[in-house]
Order: sequence, then C-alpha cells, then structure tokens
Amino acid sequence: MLLHGSLYRQLLRSYLMDNVPEIHCDLLVIGSGMTGMAAALFAANREIDTVQVGLAGELGFASGFLDLLGVHPTEEGRVWDRPWDGIDSLVKSHPRHPYARLDKKDMQAALSDFTSFLEANGLPYHTEPDRNLKMITPVGTIKTTYAVPVTVKNGVRAIAEKAPCLIVDFHGLKGFSGQQIVETLKKTWPKLITRRISFPDTTGELFPEQMAFSIEQPGRRAELAAAIIPHLDRVRYVGLPAILGLYRPITVFDDLQRRLDRPLFEIPTMPPSINGLRLKNIFGQALPRRGVRTYYQHKILSVGYRDSRGFRFDAGWEQPMLTIFSKGAILASGRFIGGGLAADRKQVRETIFGLPVHQTPVHLTGDRSGWHRKSFLDPKGHPINRFGLMTDHKLRPLGNSGKPTYPNLFAAGSILAHQDWVREKCGAGLAITTAYAAVKAWYRLNSR
Amino acid sequence: MFVAVQGDDENYIADFPLLCAQSGIAAHPVDLNEARNLEPALSDKLIAAYAVDDAAVDPFRLTLDNIAQAMDTGAGLFRFTRVAGFTIGQSKIAATQLINTQTDEEFQIQANVVVNAAGAWAAQVAVLADIPIHIIYSKGSLLVTQNRLAHRVVNRLRLATDADILVPGGTVSILGTTSVRTPTPDAIYPEIEEIDRIIEEGVMMIPALETTRYIRAYCGVRPLVGSENGDDDRKVSRGYALIDHTRDKVENFITITGGKLTTYRFMAEKTADLVCQQLGIGQPCQTRTEPLPASASAQWTDPGLAPRQWMKQNDPDDLLLCECEMVSQNSVDQIITGMGKLNIPLTLEAIGLRSRVGKGPCQGTFCSQRVAAYLYDRGMFNDDQGLANLRHFLSERWRGQHPLLWDVSLIQSELQEAMHCGFFGLELRHTEKPLDEQLPDK
Repeated sequence: MLLHGSLYRQLLRSYLMDNVPEIHCDLLVIGSGMTGMAAALFAANREIDTVQVGLAGELGFASGFLDLLGVHPTEEGRVWDRPWDGIDSLVKSHPRHPYARLDKKDMQAALSDFTSFLEANGLPYHTEPDRNLKMITPVGTIKTTYAVPVTVKNGVRAIAEKAPCLIVDFHGLKGFSGQQIVETLKKTWPKLITRRISFPDTTGELFPEQMAFSIEQPGRRAELAAAIIPHLDRVRYVGLPAILGLYRPITVFDDLQRRLDRPLFEIPTMPPSINGLRLKNIFGQALPRRGVRTYYQHKILSVGYRDSRGFRFDAGWEQPMLTIFSKGAILASGRFIGGGLAADRKQVRETIFGLPVHQTPVHLTGDRSGWHRKSFLDPKGHPINRFGLMTDHKLRPLGNSGKPTYPNLFAAGSILAHQDWVREKCGAGLAITTAYAAVKAWYRLNSR
Repeated sequence: MFVAVQGDDENYIADFPLLCAQSGIAAHPVDLNEARNLEPALSDKLIAAYAVDDAAVDPFRLTLDNIAQAMDTGAGLFRFTRVAGFTIGQSKIAATQLINTQTDEEFQIQANVVVNAAGAWAAQVAVLADIPIHIIYSKGSLLVTQNRLAHRVVNRLRLATDADILVPGGTVSILGTTSVRTPTPDAIYPEIEEIDRIIEEGVMMIPALETTRYIRAYCGVRPLVGSENGDDDRKVSRGYALIDHTRDKVENFITITGGKLTTYRFMAEKTADLVCQQLGIGQPCQTRTEPLPASASAQWTDPGLAPRQWMKQNDPDDLLLCECEMVSQNSVDQIITGMGKLNIPLTLEAIGLRSRVGKGPCQGTFCSQRVAAYLYDRGMFNDDQGLANLRHFLSERWRGQHPLLWDVSLIQSELQEAMHCGFFGLELRHTEKPLDEQLPDK
C-alpha cells in the first residue's frame, strides 16, 4: 500500500534528514555567478580543498564582456579609456569602494589568471594593455569594457577604423536588428550596412542557443557562408549576432572567417546570450577537473558555526541533500538576482548568515523610501545599489560591532557595499579581483 | 460584494441594507461560508457580506473607444497639445492658442464655442481666460497585482477610507485607493508610504495581498469642486461642475469638471446640451440612448485577445515580441495601423498604452528592445529614435514600479538595470556625441 499526504512527506523528510551525505573541505565557495566561479578557480589554482555550491543561473545573463572600470563619477557619466587611471580616481574619491581594499598587482594577477584559464579552455579573451575597449551593443550604443572574447575583437577594430562593415542579422531572431544598429550609428559610421538573411535550414523563431548548436556542424557553416558571400562587395568587416558555437566557438569562428575571407566579429545579443552560456559551460566542466567539488543545484539552507572547527552547512534544493563541514567560506552569493540579498517592504537582509547589510542613509534604515530614485536613469544611481556587506581589509564581513563576524568567512563580488557595478561598469572586474583577494586572504590565514 | 471583517463598525454594517434600499440599490445578505466560496481569497475573519450589482470597466479601452467614436463622427484630435492662451474680444474667445509640446509648433483654432474639459487642469486652463475656478486636488493611488485575486468587485463595508476596494481588471486585480491633498495636479507619484498603507488595509479584507506580487502602482488626481469640508477630501462632493462663463463675461466658454467616471457620460450630455443651446441646435442629445461602440483600435487592451489571435493564426513566423503578455509582431502591426488612422505619433509608450506590451512581470525589460528592433526592421524608427524611446518607455514604466521594489519586483528591476544600464549604457548620453569623441585617441 502506498503512503499518501503528510505522513508520507514526514517519513520521507526524516529518512532524508537521517541519510544526508556529509562532506568535509577546507573552503566552501557559496555562489556560482562570476564571483563564485572566479573564487573556485583561484582556490583550485592554490590547490585548496574546495567545495562550491550555487544555482548556476546568473552567469547565463552575462554579456561575456569583462568590465573593469568604465565610468566614474557615475553622476557625471565620465567614461574612462584608461581603466587603471579611473580606478585611482575612484579609490581617491570613494575610499570605501571594494577596489580600495585591493592591491593593484593582485588585481592584475586576478584578471590575467582568469583570462588564461578561459584561453586554456578554448575561449581566449582580447585586451589592450591598460586600455579600455569600445564595442557596439544590440541597441547601437557603444560600450566601454576591459576585455572581450576574441570572437568580438575585430568589432573593436572595425569601430575604431569606421571601416566598411556589414552586419548580418536573421529572420526569426528577435531583439537583434542590424537596421537598428546601422540607423543609430549612421551619423558617425556611414559605412556600416546591414543585410537580413535566413539561417540555414530553419524557419520560424530562432534562439541563439539552438543556432549555436547548429552552426557547430561544418555543413551549416558552408551554407551560412554561402548566404553571406553575395553581400560582401566592398565590405571589409562582417559582424554577426553572437551565435557562433557554444562548445567550440573558436573552431566555428575561424572556419567561418576563412570562408568569408573577411575579419569577422560577434555582437552579444540581449541576455541570456551565448557569451554567458559559454562561460557557464567552461567553468561547469573545467572546475571539477581542477579538483573543485561542485554542487550546482544546491543552495545553503542553514549554517552552524563550530568555533575553531569552522562551519557546518546544510545544502540542498528545498530539503537538505548534503551536509558540508568546512574550515572557512567565501560568500559570493550576489545581490537580489543571485539571492545573496533579499528585501521585504522595509528591510534588506543578507540571506545566509544574517549579516548586517550596510544601508545609506542610515537614518532611513527600515524604510524603503531611500532605496530608489524616482527617475530610472537618474545619473546619481539608485542608493540601494550601494547597500551591501562591509568588510575589513581582508574582505571579512563585519558584524554590528565593527569586527569580523567570523575569522574564516570572506565576502566577494556584488554583495559588497559601497559600489555600484552597473553604473560604474565594473561588474566582472569587481567579481574577479575581490574573489582573488578573498582567496588569497583565506590562504594566508590558513596555510601557516 | 461588500464585506466587513472583525473590528469594523457594526452600526454601519447594520444600517447598510436600509441605506441601500433608500437609495434604490439592491443589496442581499450573503451567508459567510457562501461568500468565501464565491471569493476564496476573502479573510476568514469575515463578519458580514452583501451582494450588490457591480461591474468594472477597462479604462484604457473606454478612453480609446471614446476617442475613436468622436473621430468617426468628425472630431479632430491633437495629442501632445497644450493651450497656451486665449484671444478674447467682445466678451468672446476669438481664438485659442495651442502649442505642440513635442515639436514646439504653435498654432491656433477659432471655434464658435470652447469647452474646457481639462479635468484636474480645468483651473489652469480657465485662468488663461482670466477666470478663477477653485479646485481641490485629491490624489488617489492604486496598486495592480500580477494575478487576479477575485472574480467580482470586493468592497470593504465601512466608511470610505484607504484601500476599500479590489476591482478585477482582466488578468489582474486593482486595489485602492488613497485620498491625499496635493497643491497641484502635476508631478505626482504613488508614494511608498501610501502604497504600504493600502496594502496594510487591504490585507485585512484579502490576506493574500500581503504576499502577492504587485506589478504597478499609479495615481491620478480627482478635481473636487465642492466646498471644503474639514480635513477629509472624501467628504467633498463628487458632484460635477458645469460652468457657463457668460457669468464671467466670456460668452462662448464652458467649463466641465469634477464628477466621477460613473457620471462622465451624463456630464458630457449636460455639456453638449449647453453647447447646442449656445449654437442654437435643437436636436436631443443621443448620449443616453446610443451605446458607445467598440472600436477596432481599442481592442488590444483586452489581455486575452493577442494570445488568442496568435494561437489561432499559428504562424511560426509571427514572433512574440512581448512574451509575458503574448503580443506578437502581427498584433503590434495592427496596433500601429490603428494608431496611424488616428494620426497618433509612433512611440513605444503609445503602443504600450494601446496594448499589454510592457504590462507583464518583466515590466518592459525585454519587450521594449524587441519592439524597438522590430520597428527599425519595419522602417518605422530611424536614426537614434530607438534610444530615446527605450529611455522614455522604461522611465515611464519606472514611475509605477518605483514604490513596489521589494522581493520579486526588486529582483526584476535589478535585472532591468543590469541590462539597460550595465550593458546598453542607456543612462549615459555618450552615444549622442560624435563617435570620434568616444574613441580612444590613437
């Protein structure tokens, strides 16, 4: 006879609770966005015994561009061509910004280790020494960023030269219009043209992921090239929406570029884009090979602290599926999208440890009227974006006493206070460099 | 349905059926279990329920149908047009000076009779003819839920105060409303403190209002023309004011203001009667006998229509531009055609007003750019019109999102900002500079 309803659930729960596997590690990385992935990578590079948990959804929304610092001060909208000069200026005027906690050499090492890893896993990135890059977005704006996938590099050149350039788009791919980009930029880039073609062997609505799968077959690339070639008269560069393969983008890119006999580039599509999915795939596959034990459909459900022995975490989806004992942890759980912060009508709270969340102005704590400005695009930015965790110089979150809450708990990425990564265009840089610093601080504290 | 919960004034409840009867309104007591069967979202602390005849209107559609009928019968419509002044001579308005607020173009109209039906702005218009009108501005804020919580209109059975009424509107419910005195009808917002008050009151009647997702808040101004009566503007009469300004020595000028939506056609009839009297027309007004016809261009405000048509046509090339509310390219085409017939300038906001685009859970994050890209494909947007439209459309949606940003809505707004500011850089105006200036020096 089958058991039903609450009795069944009760028995199942007690069975699961009694049989939850236990694992032990030195470092738990909480989060699987850009920061969590970077932290797990840097921990693996230092051969730290690491477990990573997270829901692995956020990275799919990444554009694939790695911003370091694009804009400061945000209220003036000043764009920096030299990001390190911009960071110097930022740190001077915002001494509590997370970048102010970091050593420049460490930041450079972090970025370099991060892109080397991606290159070793089939996705090289392009940077110019100490320079930001300019690249077009699907709405025809020019985005300032620090590093782009190598499949985007020729686009940076094409803009700089304002060369005769063809943007190809596709029947059935919505939200990406070559016409929109050409019209928006035509005053300054008159030699930009566009053609719409059909994607080989498909009708109806197209999705970047499905196109990227399809184009990994050489036959499809031959057909796509044949459809583009008639439009190449007097064209020096060719731009396409980012659909050139999910698993082997460089093979796809090189082959198509050879067939078209023109420098080729990808333009990221609206999120979720292939560029984000590529990053997610690479980390998802490479980190376990590097010895990180990853649990991507797990979130932290509860935490216990055992003094010098470290933490005990229950992880799972709704019910605990795993108990993790770790000496220390890096909190890379992100903000509201990532679930690291949550808000009700009055309060913003940190969701895992219940850490104090710094809010400004302090007198409005407990009242959301100070969270957002009345104008969405207000150049001053929304105050809530600078709420977050305060830390000591080792990136350990502070309690209400102003002292680190736990000696072995570190925080990194967008959950940190005193930054507005969206407006400052520093999201990836913040994620990668603070992850590096947190791992380094953990290592120094624990390797003696 | 009118319902009372524990703590509500029992004398008021007891008097309610009698007062309804005296006003000729049928109100039938409903057994409390039956009431909760009919409306499962009702609180279990119910102490009284009465069924009344009730109905709800689609205010977008009502407005669009009115415009369409007026234009079908020969009226001209000038959108984005403000009255700049009147030329008055021999106790009459000889000409009305107008300005197009989008193009700054100035023009004038010479009319035999001028009707000032500017609602909350009636005093600002009348003063241009040197005529003072005393209007009290009472702001009311309302909330829209993501899902519809009740089948019928649910009213709180008590003296009118905040959050008394939950009205169904297609796939959503609308909860309101406050009454807050404001000095002017301009630059008003649904304020956070009002929104929280509405929710806290509404929860007593419908507990799910505590946890449901709100999709939008909005507010409007009631022009009250009665005498002031203490602090509570709810006690000011909702009667209308029809003023023949002959009394102010301007003979062909009429103001109609005040009133409520339920009396608007009655007010229009009385106004038209006065106009006809001045023009010497003796025919009876047809407003009370001729129903307002449904117009083709207004049908897209119905949440069911776009999805139904899309499913029925089953055309794989007809892409859904708005996935939350299932509005396809084909539907957008028909909306644009309808706007073209009425000479409505093509903007994302105008499409949004005439359809469900931007009104779903993503609040325009995705559909704004999808529709903009499509309008470029159709050759209807040129130059950097798309950027201006995205900025304006998202800013306009923000007015209604701003007081509701907690929980899921806060997550959605974070994604919206990450995409439109973090990636597209819409908050930066650098795209308006020549590209040369944006590029690093070589």
